[in-house]
Amino acid sequence: MSDTTAALLRRHEDEIVREWVRLQQQDLSMRNNLLKTGELEQQCREFLAAFVAALESGSTDLNAPAWSTARDLLANVSRSRARQGFTPTETATFIFSLKQPIADVLRREVKPEQLADELWNLTRILDTLGLYTTDTYQKGREEIISRQQQELLELSTPVVELWEGVLALPLIGTLDSARTQVVMESLLQAIVDTGSEIAIIDITGVPVVDTLVAQHLLKTVAAARLMGADCIISGIRPQIAQTIVHLGVEINDVTTKATLADAFAIALNRLGLTVARKKAV
Amino acid sequence: MERIPILKMGKFLLVSIQVDMDDRTAMNLQDDLTAQIVKHRAKAVLIDISSLDVVDSFIGRMLANTAAMARILDAETVVVGMQPSVAITLVELGLSLKGVRSALNVERGMEMLRGIAEDAPEEPTDDGDEK
Repeated sequence: MSDTTAALLRRHEDEIVREWVRLQQQDLSMRNNLLKTGELEQQCREFLAAFVAALESGSTDLNAPAWSTARDLLANVSRSRARQGFTPTETATFIFSLKQPIADVLRREVKPEQLADELWNLTRILDTLGLYTTDTYQKGREEIISRQQQELLELSTPVVELWEGVLALPLIGTLDSARTQVVMESLLQAIVDTGSEIAIIDITGVPVVDTLVAQHLLKTVAAARLMGADCIISGIRPQIAQTIVHLGVEINDVTTKATLADAFAIALNRLGLTVARKKAV
Repeated sequence: MERIPILKMGKFLLVSIQVDMDDRTAMNLQDDLTAQIVKHRAKAVLIDISSLDVVDSFIGRMLANTAAMARILDAETVVVGMQPSVAITLVELGLSLKGVRSALNVERGMEMLRGIAEDAPEEPTDDGDEK
């Protein structure tokens, strides 16, 4: 089948591309701002050429090397659409709207007794390609999500040096085990790198403190103490103080302060430093 | 059999652990250290573990025990240069080394030792007998 069909498609390439682009623009009328017509047409033309070339090879197995160009093109299209924020339906439309123009051409040119077979073959290939598109789209989205998670993890644990020998770790967001591990390691590493003796853990931005979070905090404090640095926990809001007491968490041997400013004052005091007002001249 | 050297500096003993500790080495160190504390009437012991990357529960317990023994023999223990990974492991093992002082590096540790020595009351018999 493929020889004649492929030749047929190649002859009508321009017509198919035109119709295909028109159909897609109809479906994606809302998305015109995201996708330029020229870009869309180029994508369509490239893919159709690769598609016809693959058909000419006679292979219907999409994993065969003959299909690799078409597959790569399709993967690029769906990945870029995933990144641009298209829905799965809109992305899959790219491949499914190709059915209509191809069927039009075949209906016109192929003898009625062969038509059913040819259409069936093409439909099968296009459906598989459509599934492949959706798979790639999904993978693209998952990549985005995992990258953002990683970024969030890195962004949320900055260790800052407030003064020579004083580190601060402003915690923002909910603490889970994975995050606490990262927080703990980056704080301890920073203690080694800077040789700081005092670390202030500020939990102003932590919305909820449960037993697990308290446990994690205490572990961090204990580890820092083992290394020879003292920890001060600051930014304890009234509700959190109540929660800690109600939960029965023992944090007696840790210095706690209501605000970061208080904690910093204590830290300076321990280092034997004072802050004085400049004398007015 | 490996033995970890114990250096005497005035009233302090210095131990620098530079090799991977196995259980036997740890036990030997404990024996030697307690003997040396008694022999030199040391006031404090400084243990440098900055080149120790891995600890297990046995070594952790050994450190805690050594500190407790030294305390009984009237000497303070200062552990210096603990690596973050070691600290995390010890905390996860539930060994918080109560009674052990710690410092970031040997320099700070020595400062701490001097502080301990100054706090300790002078023993009148120390100089008197020798004269």
